[in-house]
Amino acid sequence: MSVKVGLEIHQMLDTREKLFCSCPTSLRRDEPHSRFRRWLRLARSELGELDPAALFEYMKGKSYLYESYVGGTCLVEMDEEPPHQLNLEALEIALTVCLMLNCKVVDEVHVMRKIVIDGSNTTGFQRTALIGFDGYVEIEGKKVPIATVCLEEDAARKIEERGSEVVYRLDRLGIPLVEIATGPTISSPEEAGAVALRIGQLLRATGRMKRGLGTIRQDLNISVEGGARVEVKGVQELELIPKVVEMEVQRQRTLLEIRDELRRREVSREQLEVKPVEVTDVFRGTSSRIAKKALASGGVALAVKLPGFARLLGRELQPGRRLGTEMADRARYWADVGGIFHSDELPGYGISEDEVNEVRRLLNCGELDAFVLVFEERRKAERAVEAVVERAREALEGVPPETRAANPDGTTRFLRPMPGKARMYPETDIRPIVVGEELLARVRGLLPEPPEAKYERFVRVYGLSPELARKLLRSYRLDLFERIVSTIGAPPSLVASTLEDTLIDLRREGAPVQNVTDEHLMELFELFARGGLVKEAIPLVLKRLAENPELEPEEAVKQLGLTPLSLEEAREAVRRILNRMESLIKERGEAAFGPAMGAVMRELRGRVDGALLSRIVREELTKVVGGS
Amino acid sequence: MPHPGSPAPPPAPQTGLPRVHFIGTGGTIASRIDYVSGAVYPHFTAEDIYSMIPELESVAIITAETLFSIFSEDMTPQHWALLAERVAKVFESDGPAGVVVAHGTDTMGYTAAALAFALRRLPGPVVLVGAQRSSDRPSSDSATNVLAAAVTAVKAPFAESVVAMHAGLDDTKFYVHRGVKVRKMHTSRRDAFRSVNAVPLAKVELPSRDLVVFAREYAPRSKEGVVLENGFDEKVALVKFYPGMDPEILDFLVDRGYHGVVVEGTGLGHVGEKLVPSVRRAVEEEVAVVVASQCIWGRVNLNVYRRGVELLKAGAIPAEDMLPETAYVKLSWVLARTRDLREVAKLLLTSVAFEIDKRSEEWYYPPLSYFEKFAAGGSQ
Repeated sequence: MSVKVGLEIHQMLDTREKLFCSCPTSLRRDEPHSRFRRWLRLARSELGELDPAALFEYMKGKSYLYESYVGGTCLVEMDEEPPHQLNLEALEIALTVCLMLNCKVVDEVHVMRKIVIDGSNTTGFQRTALIGFDGYVEIEGKKVPIATVCLEEDAARKIEERGSEVVYRLDRLGIPLVEIATGPTISSPEEAGAVALRIGQLLRATGRMKRGLGTIRQDLNISVEGGARVEVKGVQELELIPKVVEMEVQRQRTLLEIRDELRRREVSREQLEVKPVEVTDVFRGTSSRIAKKALASGGVALAVKLPGFARLLGRELQPGRRLGTEMADRARYWADVGGIFHSDELPGYGISEDEVNEVRRLLNCGELDAFVLVFEERRKAERAVEAVVERAREALEGVPPETRAANPDGTTRFLRPMPGKARMYPETDIRPIVVGEELLARVRGLLPEPPEAKYERFVRVYGLSPELARKLLRSYRLDLFERIVSTIGAPPSLVASTLEDTLIDLRREGAPVQNVTDEHLMELFELFARGGLVKEAIPLVLKRLAENPELEPEEAVKQLGLTPLSLEEAREAVRRILNRMESLIKERGEAAFGPAMGAVMRELRGRVDGALLSRIVREELTKVVGGS
Repeated sequence: MPHPGSPAPPPAPQTGLPRVHFIGTGGTIASRIDYVSGAVYPHFTAEDIYSMIPELESVAIITAETLFSIFSEDMTPQHWALLAERVAKVFESDGPAGVVVAHGTDTMGYTAAALAFALRRLPGPVVLVGAQRSSDRPSSDSATNVLAAAVTAVKAPFAESVVAMHAGLDDTKFYVHRGVKVRKMHTSRRDAFRSVNAVPLAKVELPSRDLVVFAREYAPRSKEGVVLENGFDEKVALVKFYPGMDPEILDFLVDRGYHGVVVEGTGLGHVGEKLVPSVRRAVEEEVAVVVASQCIWGRVNLNVYRRGVELLKAGAIPAEDMLPETAYVKLSWVLARTRDLREVAKLLLTSVAFEIDKRSEEWYYPPLSYFEKFAAGGSQ
């Protein structure tokens, strides 16, 4: 059975300003300065088709509270001022990406509006512009098509959801993103991972991408033969991609098996025109806490028969996720209920066998029939049952096309129905930009070095080991490495091993290395270049900085007592230590070097370069030995 | 034939509700873009309004018409007169609780003032409403502004020409400004409209639809008929004084047979000395010269400085605490009633629609210290 996967990669650009205004592109940690409340209203979809996802968000009647910052956000993010001209720095980066991905480039950039009515954009739409199309990346000789490269504005950050209100922060809204969509031709989980890795490397090679958590997001379109296109949103870690694909394939295949089983059992759509039956009386004396609580607050118990579904609701689709789980996801989404119970998991959760049998009797369930139970306020319960039955009907078709979200373990959960097609319409507030030959020539002239050339240079010119060079090319600290080496002139292998080995070792030891900033590292190597610390001191200083990120490296060095000794001071200190060991040295002669070096290192580690220290010890030892 | 993409027809409004008549004049709020053809066309039937704002079904029974389809910057005193006449007719023949006028925001203040002068007595309010964000976007302020305007039309105890728009950045609070006292003070914000030398008449809150009246004095809903004193003189100009201004600009207007000029002076109402003879000459030739202030806030006073006194002596009429735009509309209205300069001055200085307030109260001028609450956090 064949699998088709398409990738959609969203990468934040490290521009000075946002895509449609001049606000900074950094996220804030401090409390916002002001808040305002809005509603969104579905405008008549100007191109015809109404978008079910958008319509549903609208129907929910949500209000949105936006948080803004003086000095961080302006009227453009607040939708109180029309967008400014598209950021040309962002356009240049997007063009660079297009050329690296062998894309054709549009003659004119037309900004479009994509309706997104969940409140994550104050306008109710996301602005997006097609920049390139019809390109490819090469992975081990195979050309994987790049369908489109778009420039988009990032959405606002969701802070919390309280009842019918969603709180968003505006700092992220408007940060430029490139969105790269591959064709749906990837045919295995491993290939999906490799393509994502390759595109990620090419993006990093530009040196103009933001780094760190949340700056890259991968969406996957996955379908198995005979299934349907399922969109999986928000895979944050590259490493997770193969796993998500694998698990989604497993889910879709199992759903197809369930479909086949339902066909064998001759379950028809007509049989699923089922209505719920109220079974509140069955649970008057129940010991199920959930049921008791719902009934006590005026709720009802509704049950619905699912003919022919026995033992299929409990069928595992992904680890810990069953067809019943998918029904519960739907019920939660459409009816905002806590959950449902299905007959494959009952008796259980405090619901007794007698109660189960009574429900089965009331529903007239045969041996092959399943049922679903909901304890809720009546209106919600009815909507929940409707959502469950709808999902059961979809099971007859196999895989429902839908948008799902990736869980951290690689499984996926229902997010929302697949958005409709007619979501785009022109952004009338922004004039089209002509992509002239002059601009393209400039971008072409500044194309970054491709990853292969970088690798070669790292090994040949910088003398890095192939392993370290490979690590760097995968690392999000690649730009930092180049910056430190080129601007400070620090030794490449020391910088590389500090960034790729030392920091990882420190993290394994439990140091909070995420606190170490680029500025820390830059200053650290500047200090090193000035002779302000020796390389043996680097891990110790980094550990101190991780634990006390407010420190500057120079201060950390001082606190740790790691200020380097001058040659004279070092020699003086070595003499002092060797003097204490005089009898041992006299006894063993040159063979005393080991213990002598050990004693010296105990006192002077991190204050004198190791190689230099070893030379001094040898010289002084020879003097002591010879002097006897 | 329904437009492709038209939503299902709206459910019928509840019966027994008050009636509100909508008049479309153009602008952001009433237009739609056909993205297929690129054409902008007016769209202002009751069905459109209901389907755009289903909540109205429980506020009012709506009737609607499109009177003009023009940008608000293309409005002229003739349009004001046509609109005033139409509003008077609607009140007389259909007896709605109120009339809502959808209008482009750019010159909405002028039209609101014109209606205030022309419609001398009304059974209900005329509520002008607009949108700062076009109605083709989900975040448009048009729906909530229209809702607030409809609530005002139904609930307001006053029967004046007013403007209902966002009070702030929130979609939950709206101010109802007196037409003669309102000015668009921002190019793009939802809360662009401000009452100047006055506070708003009322506020409307959503979704509760409460209307709270702030005004101590207003023209109540009249049980007697509409009094319309229509007509505007089109030979009136509004010119802004600026340092170095050539007096010939004023002379030109006089030579071209203008009947009146509002000069937006500096400060308390001043112009450069070279202009004083031109003002004197204008008045001698029976051209009314009114001096307003480009300060926007505050009252004109021509007694304090010598230049003011010179202007008074030359025959200029101080606009008191009227907005320059309101003074312009009023002069146009007054000159259509009388050309006798003595009468003009008398009428101009008589408050006919609460456009002149003899008392300037402290709370009319919003405090500047607003920014300080941000300054503490913003500088970190």
